[in-house]
Amino acid sequence: MASGMRANNEGVCPLKRVYVNEKWCLGCHLCEYNCAFANSGYKNMAMALKGVTINPRIRVEEDGKNDIHFAVNCRHCEDPICVKSCIAGALSQKDGRVEIDQEKCVGCHTCVLVCPYGAIMPADNGLVMQKCELCTKNGREIPACVEGCPNEAIVFEERG
Amino acid sequence: MRYVIIGNSTAAVGCVEGIRKADREGEIVLIASEPHHTYARPLISYLLLGRTDEEHMKYRPDSFYEENGVQAHLGTTVERVDAETKTVYTNKGDAIAYDKLLLATGSRPFVPPMEGLETVEKKFSFMTLDDAHALNETLTPESRVLIVGAGLIGLKCAEGILHRVGHIQVIDLAPRILPSILDEAGSALVQANLENQGIEMKLATTVKSFSGSHAVLTDGSECDFDVLVLAVGVRANTDLAAGIGAKIGRGIVVDEEGKTTVSDVFAAGDCTETRDITSDTVHVMAILPNAYLQGEAAGFAMAGSYRPFTNAIPMNAIGFFHQHMITAGSYEGEALVWQEGENYKKLVIRDGKLVGFILIGDVARAGIYTSLIRNQTPLSEVDFEKLKDHPQLLAFSGEVRGQKLGGVPR
Repeated sequence: MASGMRANNEGVCPLKRVYVNEKWCLGCHLCEYNCAFANSGYKNMAMALKGVTINPRIRVEEDGKNDIHFAVNCRHCEDPICVKSCIAGALSQKDGRVEIDQEKCVGCHTCVLVCPYGAIMPADNGLVMQKCELCTKNGREIPACVEGCPNEAIVFEERG
Repeated sequence: MRYVIIGNSTAAVGCVEGIRKADREGEIVLIASEPHHTYARPLISYLLLGRTDEEHMKYRPDSFYEENGVQAHLGTTVERVDAETKTVYTNKGDAIAYDKLLLATGSRPFVPPMEGLETVEKKFSFMTLDDAHALNETLTPESRVLIVGAGLIGLKCAEGILHRVGHIQVIDLAPRILPSILDEAGSALVQANLENQGIEMKLATTVKSFSGSHAVLTDGSECDFDVLVLAVGVRANTDLAAGIGAKIGRGIVVDEEGKTTVSDVFAAGDCTETRDITSDTVHVMAILPNAYLQGEAAGFAMAGSYRPFTNAIPMNAIGFFHQHMITAGSYEGEALVWQEGENYKKLVIRDGKLVGFILIGDVARAGIYTSLIRNQTPLSEVDFEKLKDHPQLLAFSGEVRGQKLGGVPR
Protein backbone atom coordinates (compact mmCIF):
# COMPACT_ATOMS: atom_id res chain seq x y z
CA MET A 1 0.00 0.00 0.00
CA ALA A 2 1.63 3.19 -1.15
CA SER A 3 -0.22 5.30 1.37
CA GLY A 4 1.53 3.27 4.04
CA MET A 5 4.79 4.99 3.16
CA ARG A 6 3.52 8.41 4.13
CA ALA A 7 5.08 9.46 7.39
CA ASN A 8 2.65 11.06 9.80
CA ASN A 9 3.45 14.18 11.74
CA GLU A 10 5.17 12.20 14.44
CA GLY A 11 7.61 10.75 11.97
CA VAL A 12 6.41 7.16 12.17
CA CYS A 13 5.50 5.29 9.05
CA PRO A 14 1.92 4.18 9.59
CA LEU A 15 2.42 0.50 8.92
CA LYS A 16 5.76 0.02 10.61
CA ARG A 17 5.43 -2.62 13.26
CA VAL A 18 7.63 -4.54 15.64
CA TYR A 19 8.31 -8.04 14.30
CA VAL A 20 9.89 -10.91 16.13
CA ASN A 21 12.64 -13.12 14.74
CA GLU A 22 12.25 -15.85 17.28
CA LYS A 23 15.36 -17.79 16.32
CA TRP A 24 17.61 -14.81 17.10
CA CYS A 25 16.16 -14.12 20.53
CA LEU A 26 18.70 -14.77 23.29
CA GLY A 27 16.17 -14.39 26.08
CA CYS A 28 18.28 -11.56 27.55
CA HIS A 29 15.21 -9.49 28.53
CA LEU A 30 16.95 -6.25 27.53
CA CYS A 31 13.83 -5.27 25.58
CA GLU A 32 11.84 -5.40 28.79
CA TYR A 33 14.32 -3.16 30.62
CA ASN A 34 14.57 -0.72 27.72
CA CYS A 35 10.79 -0.56 27.51
CA ALA A 36 10.43 0.12 31.22
CA PHE A 37 13.14 2.78 31.06
CA ALA A 38 11.75 4.47 27.96
CA ASN A 39 8.36 4.80 29.58
CA SER A 40 9.61 5.75 33.05
CA GLY A 41 10.04 9.45 32.42
CA TYR A 42 13.59 9.28 33.81
CA LYS A 43 16.64 10.32 31.80
CA ASN A 44 18.95 7.93 33.61
CA MET A 45 18.41 4.21 33.33
CA ALA A 46 19.82 3.42 36.75
CA MET A 47 17.54 6.03 38.34
CA ALA A 48 14.59 4.58 36.46
CA LEU A 49 15.13 0.94 37.24
CA LYS A 50 17.17 0.58 40.40
CA GLY A 51 15.17 -1.25 43.03
CA VAL A 52 12.10 -1.30 40.82
CA THR A 53 10.10 -4.33 39.75
CA ILE A 54 9.68 -3.49 36.10
CA ASN A 55 6.30 -3.57 34.41
CA PRO A 56 7.23 -3.47 30.73
CA ARG A 57 4.82 -3.42 27.79
CA ILE A 58 6.88 -6.01 25.96
CA ARG A 59 7.33 -9.37 27.65
CA VAL A 60 9.62 -12.27 26.86
CA GLU A 61 8.17 -15.75 26.86
CA GLU A 62 10.61 -18.56 27.22
CA ASP A 63 10.89 -22.30 27.32
CA GLY A 64 14.39 -22.87 28.70
CA LYS A 65 14.26 -26.62 28.16
CA ASN A 66 13.81 -26.24 24.43
CA ASP A 67 15.80 -23.02 24.18
CA ILE A 68 12.86 -21.02 22.83
CA HIS A 69 12.63 -17.32 23.62
CA PHE A 70 10.63 -14.54 22.05
CA ALA A 71 9.26 -11.14 22.93
CA VAL A 72 5.57 -10.25 22.76
CA ASN A 73 4.16 -6.78 22.50
CA CYS A 74 1.07 -5.23 20.89
CA ARG A 75 0.82 -6.32 17.26
CA HIS A 76 -1.07 -3.14 16.31
CA CYS A 77 -3.62 -5.30 14.51
CA GLU A 78 -5.14 -3.87 11.37
CA ASP A 79 -8.54 -4.92 12.67
CA PRO A 80 -8.05 -4.56 16.42
CA ILE A 81 -10.61 -6.31 18.56
CA CYS A 82 -9.41 -4.46 21.67
CA VAL A 83 -10.44 -1.13 20.12
CA LYS A 84 -13.84 -2.52 19.19
CA SER A 85 -14.34 -4.03 22.63
CA CYS A 86 -13.14 -1.18 24.84
CA ILE A 87 -16.09 -0.16 26.97
CA ALA A 88 -14.71 3.33 27.54
CA GLY A 89 -13.64 4.29 24.03
CA ALA A 90 -10.14 4.59 25.51
CA LEU A 91 -8.46 2.50 22.82
CA SER A 92 -8.29 3.86 19.29
CA GLN A 93 -6.43 3.40 16.06
CA LYS A 94 -4.29 6.25 14.85
CA ASP A 95 -2.18 6.01 11.70
CA GLY A 96 -2.19 2.24 12.01
CA ARG A 97 -1.17 2.23 15.67
CA VAL A 98 -3.38 1.16 18.54
CA GLU A 99 -3.24 3.81 21.23
CA ILE A 100 -4.64 4.01 24.73
CA ASP A 101 -5.96 7.12 26.42
CA GLN A 102 -5.26 6.40 30.06
CA GLU A 103 -7.38 9.38 31.07
CA LYS A 104 -10.40 7.57 29.68
CA CYS A 105 -9.48 4.02 30.72
CA VAL A 106 -11.19 2.74 33.86
CA GLY A 107 -9.19 -0.49 34.12
CA CYS A 108 -12.10 -2.84 33.40
CA HIS A 109 -9.78 -5.38 31.70
CA THR A 110 -12.06 -5.98 28.69
CA CYS A 111 -8.97 -5.50 26.48
CA VAL A 112 -7.26 -8.27 28.45
CA LEU A 113 -10.33 -10.43 27.81
CA VAL A 114 -10.07 -10.04 24.04
CA CYS A 115 -6.41 -9.48 23.09
CA PRO A 116 -5.30 -12.73 21.41
CA TYR A 117 -1.65 -11.96 22.15
CA GLY A 118 -1.99 -11.14 25.83
CA ALA A 119 -0.29 -7.84 25.09
CA ILE A 120 -2.26 -5.41 27.28
CA MET A 121 -1.69 -5.27 31.01
CA PRO A 122 -2.38 -3.04 34.01
CA ALA A 123 -0.17 0.02 34.47
CA ASP A 124 1.83 0.41 37.69
CA ASN A 125 -1.08 1.95 39.58
CA GLY A 126 -3.31 -1.02 38.74
CA LEU A 127 -6.16 1.36 37.90
CA VAL A 128 -5.66 1.77 34.16
CA MET A 129 -4.18 -0.39 31.44
CA GLN A 130 -0.99 0.07 29.46
CA LYS A 131 0.22 -1.22 26.13
CA CYS A 132 2.98 -0.75 23.60
CA GLU A 133 2.47 2.42 21.59
CA LEU A 134 5.69 2.00 19.63
CA CYS A 135 7.38 4.65 21.78
CA THR A 136 5.40 7.40 20.04
CA LYS A 137 4.51 9.08 23.31
CA ASN A 138 7.95 9.16 24.87
CA GLY A 139 9.78 11.14 22.25
CA ARG A 140 11.58 8.34 20.44
CA GLU A 141 11.75 7.64 16.75
CA ILE A 142 12.46 3.94 17.07
CA PRO A 143 10.92 1.80 19.80
CA ALA A 144 13.39 1.41 22.65
CA CYS A 145 13.01 -2.37 22.67
CA VAL A 146 14.10 -2.59 19.05
CA GLU A 147 16.91 -0.09 19.41
CA GLY A 148 18.41 -1.97 22.31
CA CYS A 149 18.01 -5.50 20.98
CA PRO A 150 21.55 -6.87 20.61
CA ASN A 151 20.70 -9.55 18.08
CA GLU A 152 17.98 -8.12 15.82
CA ALA A 153 15.49 -10.51 17.33
CA ILE A 154 12.96 -7.72 17.22
CA VAL A 155 12.88 -5.34 14.31
CA PHE A 156 10.83 -2.29 13.38
CA GLU A 157 9.81 -2.66 9.77
CA GLU A 158 7.09 -2.18 7.28
CA ARG A 159 6.07 -5.43 5.69
CA GLY A 160 3.43 -6.12 3.08
CA MET B 1 -27.83 6.55 -0.30
CA ARG B 2 -29.22 7.53 3.07
CA TYR B 3 -28.54 5.43 6.14
CA VAL B 4 -30.70 6.00 9.18
CA ILE B 5 -29.53 4.72 12.56
CA ILE B 6 -31.84 4.64 15.56
CA GLY B 7 -29.69 4.67 18.68
CA ASN B 8 -26.46 6.33 19.76
CA SER B 9 -24.56 3.83 21.83
CA THR B 10 -22.11 1.03 21.04
CA ALA B 11 -23.95 -0.73 18.21
CA ALA B 12 -24.82 2.60 16.56
CA VAL B 13 -21.20 3.76 16.71
CA GLY B 14 -20.03 0.37 15.39
CA CYS B 15 -22.48 0.80 12.51
CA VAL B 16 -21.25 4.30 11.66
CA GLU B 17 -17.67 3.10 11.65
CA GLY B 18 -18.59 0.02 9.60
CA ILE B 19 -20.45 2.10 7.01
CA ARG B 20 -17.58 4.57 6.72
CA LYS B 21 -15.03 1.83 6.06
CA ALA B 22 -17.07 0.89 3.01
CA ASP B 23 -18.77 4.14 1.98
CA ARG B 24 -17.37 7.64 2.57
CA GLU B 25 -20.13 9.35 0.62
CA GLY B 26 -23.54 8.16 1.76
CA GLU B 27 -25.61 10.30 4.09
CA ILE B 28 -25.90 9.05 7.69
CA VAL B 29 -28.72 10.24 9.92
CA LEU B 30 -28.58 9.14 13.56
CA ILE B 31 -31.58 9.56 15.82
CA ALA B 32 -31.54 8.91 19.57
CA SER B 33 -33.80 9.62 22.51
CA GLU B 34 -30.99 10.49 24.88
CA PRO B 35 -29.77 14.07 24.43
CA HIS B 36 -26.12 13.24 25.18
CA HIS B 37 -23.12 12.89 22.90
CA THR B 38 -22.38 9.16 22.60
CA TYR B 39 -21.11 8.00 25.98
CA ALA B 40 -19.78 4.80 27.47
CA ARG B 41 -22.81 3.34 29.21
CA PRO B 42 -20.94 0.85 31.43
CA LEU B 43 -18.93 3.72 32.89
CA ILE B 44 -21.80 5.13 34.92
CA SER B 45 -20.67 3.18 37.98
CA TYR B 46 -17.14 4.56 37.56
CA LEU B 47 -18.63 8.04 37.33
CA LEU B 48 -20.21 7.64 40.76
CA LEU B 49 -17.00 6.06 42.01
CA GLY B 50 -15.13 9.18 40.92
CA ARG B 51 -12.87 7.28 38.52
CA THR B 52 -14.11 9.16 35.45
CA ASP B 53 -16.15 12.22 34.58
CA GLU B 54 -18.64 13.09 31.86
CA GLU B 55 -15.99 14.52 29.57
CA HIS B 56 -13.87 11.36 29.73
CA MET B 57 -16.93 9.10 29.45
CA LYS B 58 -17.49 10.20 25.88
CA TYR B 59 -17.36 6.98 23.84
CA ARG B 60 -16.00 8.85 20.85
CA PRO B 61 -14.41 12.31 20.50
CA ASP B 62 -16.53 15.47 20.16
CA SER B 63 -15.65 15.51 16.45
CA PHE B 64 -17.12 12.03 15.88
CA TYR B 65 -20.37 12.98 14.15
CA GLU B 66 -18.81 15.70 12.03
CA GLU B 67 -15.81 13.63 10.98
CA ASN B 68 -18.04 10.76 9.96
CA GLY B 69 -20.59 12.93 8.21
CA VAL B 70 -23.32 12.00 10.64
CA GLN B 71 -26.36 14.20 11.04
CA ALA B 72 -27.23 13.54 14.67
CA HIS B 73 -30.74 14.18 15.98
CA LEU B 74 -30.18 13.74 19.70
CA GLY B 75 -33.02 14.02 22.18
CA THR B 76 -35.35 12.80 19.45
CA THR B 77 -37.40 9.64 19.64
CA VAL B 78 -38.48 7.60 16.66
CA GLU B 79 -42.11 6.73 17.27
CA ARG B 80 -42.82 4.64 14.22
CA VAL B 81 -41.19 3.06 11.22
CA ASP B 82 -43.03 2.53 7.94
CA ALA B 83 -41.17 -0.20 6.10
CA GLU B 84 -43.38 0.15 3.02
CA THR B 85 -42.47 3.75 2.32
CA LYS B 86 -39.09 3.34 4.11
CA THR B 87 -39.67 6.27 6.42
CA VAL B 88 -39.18 6.86 10.14
CA TYR B 89 -41.40 9.27 12.07
CA THR B 90 -40.08 11.17 15.09
CA ASN B 91 -41.71 12.74 18.12
CA LYS B 92 -40.70 16.11 16.72
CA GLY B 93 -42.95 15.64 13.73
CA ASP B 94 -40.22 14.81 11.24
CA ALA B 95 -40.55 12.12 8.60
CA ILE B 96 -37.13 10.88 7.51
CA ALA B 97 -36.74 8.56 4.54
CA TYR B 98 -34.11 5.82 4.57
CA ASP B 99 -32.51 3.48 2.10
CA LYS B 100 -31.05 1.31 4.87
CA LEU B 101 -32.17 1.41 8.49
CA LEU B 102 -30.41 0.20 11.65
CA LEU B 103 -32.32 -0.44 14.83
CA ALA B 104 -29.86 -0.07 17.71
CA THR B 105 -32.53 0.52 20.28
CA GLY B 106 -30.86 -1.26 23.18
CA SER B 107 -32.67 -2.55 26.20
CA ARG B 108 -34.62 -1.21 29.13
CA PRO B 109 -34.81 -2.22 32.78
CA PHE B 110 -37.19 -5.03 33.50
CA VAL B 111 -39.24 -4.41 36.61
CA PRO B 112 -41.33 -7.36 37.68
CA PRO B 113 -44.64 -6.65 39.34
CA MET B 114 -43.96 -6.01 43.04
CA GLU B 115 -46.68 -5.17 45.48
CA GLY B 116 -46.55 -1.60 46.74
CA LEU B 117 -43.70 -0.52 44.45
CA GLU B 118 -45.65 2.64 43.65
CA THR B 119 -45.43 3.67 47.32
CA VAL B 120 -41.61 3.83 47.17
CA GLU B 121 -40.56 7.44 46.83
CA LYS B 122 -36.89 7.10 45.85
CA LYS B 123 -36.50 4.34 43.30
CA PHE B 124 -34.02 4.13 40.47
CA SER B 125 -32.77 2.03 37.62
CA PHE B 126 -29.07 1.99 36.79
CA MET B 127 -28.64 1.89 33.03
CA THR B 128 -28.15 5.41 31.75
CA LEU B 129 -26.23 8.58 32.53
CA ASP B 130 -29.45 10.23 33.62
CA ASP B 131 -30.15 7.29 35.97
CA ALA B 132 -26.68 7.77 37.49
CA HIS B 133 -27.22 11.51 37.96
CA ALA B 134 -30.62 11.00 39.53
CA LEU B 135 -29.29 8.38 41.94
CA ASN B 136 -26.24 10.50 42.72
CA GLU B 137 -28.34 13.49 43.67
CA THR B 138 -30.38 11.54 46.17
CA LEU B 139 -27.53 9.83 48.04
CA THR B 140 -26.33 11.05 51.41
CA PRO B 141 -23.74 9.62 53.80
CA GLU B 142 -26.62 8.23 55.83
CA SER B 143 -28.52 6.62 52.96
CA ARG B 144 -29.57 3.03 53.41
CA VAL B 145 -29.69 1.59 49.90
CA LEU B 146 -31.57 -1.53 48.91
CA ILE B 147 -30.44 -2.99 45.60
CA VAL B 148 -32.69 -5.64 44.12
CA GLY B 149 -30.56 -7.76 41.77
CA ALA B 150 -27.09 -9.25 42.34
CA GLY B 151 -26.13 -9.28 38.68
CA LEU B 152 -23.60 -7.14 36.82
CA ILE B 153 -25.68 -3.95 36.98
CA GLY B 154 -26.72 -4.20 40.61
CA LEU B 155 -23.26 -5.05 41.88
CA LYS B 156 -21.46 -2.43 39.80
CA CYS B 157 -23.94 0.07 41.20
CA ALA B 158 -23.11 -1.14 44.72
CA GLU B 159 -19.40 -0.69 44.10
CA GLY B 160 -19.98 2.76 42.62
CA ILE B 161 -21.93 4.15 45.58
CA LEU B 162 -20.59 2.26 48.61
CA HIS B 163 -18.25 5.08 49.61
CA ARG B 164 -21.10 7.58 49.44
CA VAL B 165 -23.74 5.91 51.57
CA GLY B 166 -24.38 4.52 55.03
CA HIS B 167 -25.36 0.99 54.15
CA ILE B 168 -26.05 -1.23 51.15
CA GLN B 169 -28.13 -4.36 51.13
CA VAL B 170 -28.28 -6.42 47.95
CA ILE B 171 -30.96 -9.05 47.51
CA ASP B 172 -31.56 -11.52 44.72
CA LEU B 173 -33.96 -14.33 44.06
CA ALA B 174 -31.07 -16.48 42.81
CA PRO B 175 -29.12 -18.39 45.46
CA ARG B 176 -25.81 -16.86 44.33
CA ILE B 177 -24.43 -13.69 42.81
CA LEU B 178 -23.52 -13.14 39.15
CA PRO B 179 -25.00 -16.46 38.02
CA SER B 180 -24.82 -15.37 34.37
CA ILE B 181 -21.01 -15.29 34.39
CA LEU B 182 -19.75 -17.33 37.36
CA ASP B 183 -20.04 -20.87 38.67
CA GLU B 184 -20.83 -21.60 42.31
CA ALA B 185 -17.27 -21.48 43.58
CA GLY B 186 -16.61 -18.25 41.71
CA SER B 187 -19.78 -16.66 43.04
CA ALA B 188 -18.78 -17.54 46.58
CA LEU B 189 -15.33 -16.01 46.17
CA VAL B 190 -16.68 -12.75 44.80
CA GLN B 191 -19.51 -12.62 47.32
CA ALA B 192 -16.98 -12.93 50.16
CA ASN B 193 -15.05 -9.97 48.76
CA LEU B 194 -18.17 -7.83 48.47
CA GLU B 195 -19.23 -8.72 51.99
CA ASN B 196 -15.75 -7.87 53.27
CA GLN B 197 -16.25 -4.40 51.82
CA GLY B 198 -19.36 -4.04 53.96
CA ILE B 199 -22.08 -4.85 51.44
CA GLU B 200 -24.78 -6.98 52.99
CA MET B 201 -26.08 -9.80 50.79
CA LYS B 202 -29.31 -11.65 51.11
CA LEU B 203 -29.79 -14.31 48.46
CA ALA B 204 -32.54 -16.73 47.45
CA THR B 205 -35.09 -14.14 48.44
CA THR B 206 -36.86 -11.20 46.91
CA VAL B 207 -39.28 -8.48 47.84
CA LYS B 208 -42.78 -9.61 48.66
CA SER B 209 -44.11 -6.12 49.20
CA PHE B 210 -43.10 -2.51 49.65
CA SER B 211 -44.69 0.06 51.85
CA GLY B 212 -42.94 3.41 51.53
CA SER B 213 -39.42 2.82 52.78
CA HIS B 214 -40.15 -0.58 54.22
CA ALA B 215 -39.83 -3.90 52.42
CA VAL B 216 -41.08 -7.33 53.41
CA LEU B 217 -39.02 -10.11 51.83
CA THR B 218 -40.21 -13.51 50.70
CA ASP B 219 -38.14 -15.22 53.41
CA GLY B 220 -40.21 -13.40 56.02
CA SER B 221 -37.56 -10.88 57.00
CA GLU B 222 -38.04 -7.15 56.74
CA CYS B 223 -35.84 -4.30 55.66
CA ASP B 224 -35.93 -0.51 55.96
CA PHE B 225 -34.27 1.60 53.31
CA ASP B 226 -34.07 5.15 52.01
CA VAL B 227 -33.19 4.49 48.39
CA LEU B 228 -34.22 1.60 46.17
CA VAL B 229 -32.26 0.49 43.09
CA LEU B 230 -33.98 -1.99 40.79
CA ALA B 231 -31.50 -4.07 38.81
CA VAL B 232 -33.47 -7.24 38.28
CA GLY B 233 -32.85 -7.57 34.58
CA VAL B 234 -33.28 -6.00 31.19
CA ARG B 235 -35.53 -6.51 28.21
CA ALA B 236 -34.69 -5.85 24.59
CA ASN B 237 -36.42 -2.84 23.05
CA THR B 238 -38.21 -4.52 20.17
CA ASP B 239 -41.32 -2.35 19.72
CA LEU B 240 -40.21 -0.54 16.58
CA ALA B 241 -39.15 -3.83 15.01
CA ALA B 242 -42.40 -5.51 15.99
CA GLY B 243 -44.28 -2.56 14.49
CA ILE B 244 -42.96 -3.41 11.03
CA GLY B 245 -43.54 -7.12 11.41
CA ALA B 246 -39.92 -8.13 11.98
CA LYS B 247 -39.47 -11.51 13.59
CA ILE B 248 -38.87 -11.22 17.32
CA GLY B 249 -37.67 -13.89 19.73
CA ARG B 250 -36.25 -12.75 23.02
CA GLY B 251 -34.73 -9.99 20.96
CA ILE B 252 -34.95 -8.91 17.34
CA VAL B 253 -33.97 -11.85 15.12
CA VAL B 254 -30.98 -11.02 12.91
CA ASP B 255 -28.56 -12.92 10.72
CA GLU B 256 -24.77 -12.68 10.81
CA GLU B 257 -24.88 -9.39 8.94
CA GLY B 258 -27.48 -7.90 11.25
CA LYS B 259 -30.31 -8.26 8.72
CA THR B 260 -33.77 -8.49 10.25
CA THR B 261 -36.55 -10.34 8.46
CA VAL B 262 -37.71 -7.02 6.97
CA SER B 263 -35.89 -5.91 3.88
CA ASP B 264 -33.38 -3.04 4.26
CA VAL B 265 -33.87 -3.06 8.02
CA PHE B 266 -30.97 -4.12 10.22
CA ALA B 267 -30.57 -4.42 13.98
CA ALA B 268 -27.62 -4.73 16.35
CA GLY B 269 -26.73 -4.68 20.01
CA ASP B 270 -28.78 -5.36 23.11
CA CYS B 271 -32.08 -5.23 21.22
CA THR B 272 -31.16 -8.37 19.26
CA GLU B 273 -30.69 -12.03 19.99
CA THR B 274 -27.53 -13.78 18.86
CA ARG B 275 -26.29 -17.31 18.35
CA ASP B 276 -23.64 -18.22 20.90
CA ILE B 277 -21.16 -20.54 19.15
CA THR B 278 -20.07 -22.11 22.45
CA SER B 279 -23.51 -23.42 23.38
CA ASP B 280 -25.15 -23.27 19.95
CA THR B 281 -28.09 -21.50 21.53
CA VAL B 282 -29.69 -18.22 20.67
CA HIS B 283 -30.04 -15.60 23.37
CA VAL B 284 -29.76 -11.91 24.05
CA MET B 285 -26.06 -11.38 24.61
CA ALA B 286 -26.14 -7.92 26.06
CA ILE B 287 -22.42 -7.24 26.17
CA LEU B 288 -20.53 -4.36 24.74
CA PRO B 289 -18.03 -6.03 22.37
CA ASN B 290 -20.82 -7.98 20.70
CA ALA B 291 -22.86 -4.82 20.27
CA TYR B 292 -19.96 -3.15 18.51
CA LEU B 293 -19.14 -6.15 16.32
CA GLN B 294 -22.78 -6.63 15.34
CA GLY B 295 -23.18 -2.94 14.63
CA GLU B 296 -20.06 -2.91 12.51
CA ALA B 297 -21.12 -6.01 10.54
CA ALA B 298 -24.50 -4.37 9.93
CA GLY B 299 -22.78 -1.17 8.81
CA PHE B 300 -20.71 -3.09 6.28
CA ALA B 301 -23.80 -4.91 5.02
CA MET B 302 -25.82 -1.69 4.78
CA ALA B 303 -23.03 -0.24 2.64
CA GLY B 304 -23.05 -3.29 0.38
CA SER B 305 -19.94 -4.94 1.78
CA TYR B 306 -19.87 -8.46 3.24
CA ARG B 307 -18.14 -8.69 6.64
CA PRO B 308 -20.36 -10.91 8.78
CA PHE B 309 -19.93 -11.35 12.54
CA THR B 310 -19.93 -15.10 12.90
CA ASN B 311 -18.38 -15.96 16.23
CA ALA B 312 -20.32 -14.34 19.04
CA ILE B 313 -19.65 -15.73 22.49
CA PRO B 314 -20.66 -14.54 25.92
CA MET B 315 -17.63 -12.87 27.50
CA ASN B 316 -17.12 -10.46 30.33
CA ALA B 317 -14.38 -8.64 32.15
CA ILE B 318 -15.47 -7.02 35.36
CA GLY B 319 -14.02 -6.12 38.71
CA PHE B 320 -15.21 -5.15 42.14
CA PHE B 321 -12.96 -3.39 44.64
CA HIS B 322 -9.78 -4.45 42.78
CA GLN B 323 -10.86 -8.07 42.45
CA HIS B 324 -10.91 -8.77 38.73
CA MET B 325 -12.63 -11.55 36.87
CA ILE B 326 -12.67 -12.54 33.23
CA THR B 327 -15.09 -15.13 31.93
CA ALA B 328 -16.10 -16.44 28.53
CA GLY B 329 -18.05 -19.11 26.75
CA SER B 330 -20.03 -22.06 28.01
CA TYR B 331 -19.43 -24.04 31.20
CA GLU B 332 -20.97 -27.26 29.85
CA GLY B 333 -18.21 -29.79 29.46
CA GLU B 334 -15.23 -31.29 31.22
CA ALA B 335 -14.05 -28.81 33.83
CA LEU B 336 -10.51 -28.35 35.11
CA VAL B 337 -10.38 -26.24 38.25
CA TRP B 338 -7.56 -24.60 40.20
CA GLN B 339 -8.07 -22.55 43.32
CA GLU B 340 -5.38 -21.00 45.42
CA GLY B 341 -6.14 -18.23 47.84
CA GLU B 342 -7.79 -15.38 45.98
CA ASN B 343 -7.11 -16.90 42.57
CA TYR B 344 -9.60 -19.14 40.84
CA LYS B 345 -9.34 -20.70 37.41
CA LYS B 346 -11.69 -22.98 35.56
CA LEU B 347 -11.17 -24.23 32.02
CA VAL B 348 -14.01 -26.06 30.29
CA ILE B 349 -13.34 -28.46 27.44
CA ARG B 350 -15.81 -30.07 25.10
CA ASP B 351 -15.24 -32.01 21.86
CA GLY B 352 -11.50 -31.38 22.04
CA LYS B 353 -11.87 -27.62 22.24
CA LEU B 354 -11.76 -25.00 24.94
CA VAL B 355 -15.36 -23.76 25.18
CA GLY B 356 -15.29 -21.67 28.33
CA PHE B 357 -13.25 -20.32 31.21
CA ILE B 358 -13.50 -18.42 34.45
CA LEU B 359 -10.55 -16.50 35.85
CA ILE B 360 -10.77 -14.62 39.13
CA GLY B 361 -7.82 -12.76 40.60
CA ASP B 362 -5.00 -13.54 38.18
CA VAL B 363 -6.56 -12.66 34.84
CA ALA B 364 -3.36 -11.87 32.95
CA ARG B 365 -3.41 -12.60 29.22
CA ALA B 366 -6.88 -14.13 29.36
CA GLY B 367 -7.44 -13.12 25.74
CA ILE B 368 -5.26 -16.01 24.61
CA TYR B 369 -7.92 -18.34 26.03
CA THR B 370 -10.70 -16.22 24.53
CA SER B 371 -9.14 -16.43 21.09
CA LEU B 372 -9.02 -20.24 21.30
CA ILE B 373 -12.75 -20.23 22.00
CA ARG B 374 -13.68 -17.68 19.35
CA ASN B 375 -11.55 -19.47 16.74
CA GLN B 376 -12.73 -22.91 17.91
CA THR B 377 -9.13 -24.07 17.80
CA PRO B 378 -8.74 -27.84 18.28
CA LEU B 379 -6.64 -28.37 21.41
CA SER B 380 -4.67 -30.98 19.46
CA GLU B 381 -3.08 -28.06 17.61
CA VAL B 382 -1.71 -26.45 20.78
CA ASP B 383 0.27 -27.49 23.84
CA PHE B 384 -2.63 -27.62 26.25
CA GLU B 385 -0.40 -28.51 29.20
CA LYS B 386 1.24 -25.11 28.86
CA LEU B 387 -2.14 -23.40 28.58
CA LYS B 388 -3.34 -25.08 31.74
CA ASP B 389 -0.45 -23.43 33.52
CA HIS B 390 -1.23 -19.97 32.18
CA PRO B 391 -2.21 -18.38 28.89
CA GLN B 392 0.89 -18.11 26.71
CA LEU B 393 1.88 -18.06 23.07
CA LEU B 394 4.47 -20.78 23.73
CA ALA B 395 1.52 -23.15 23.54
CA PHE B 396 1.33 -22.57 19.79
CA SER B 397 3.66 -24.14 17.24
CA GLY B 398 6.69 -22.21 16.04
CA GLU B 399 5.02 -21.84 12.69
CA VAL B 400 1.89 -20.28 14.17
CA ARG B 401 4.02 -18.00 16.34
CA GLY B 402 5.85 -16.90 13.20
CA GLN B 403 2.50 -15.84 11.76
CA LYS B 404 1.35 -14.19 14.96
CA LEU B 405 4.54 -12.34 15.88
CA GLY B 406 6.92 -12.49 12.96
CA GLY B 407 4.73 -11.23 10.17
CA VAL B 408 5.13 -14.50 8.28
CA PRO B 409 2.24 -14.82 5.81
CA ARG B 410 -0.24 -17.58 6.57
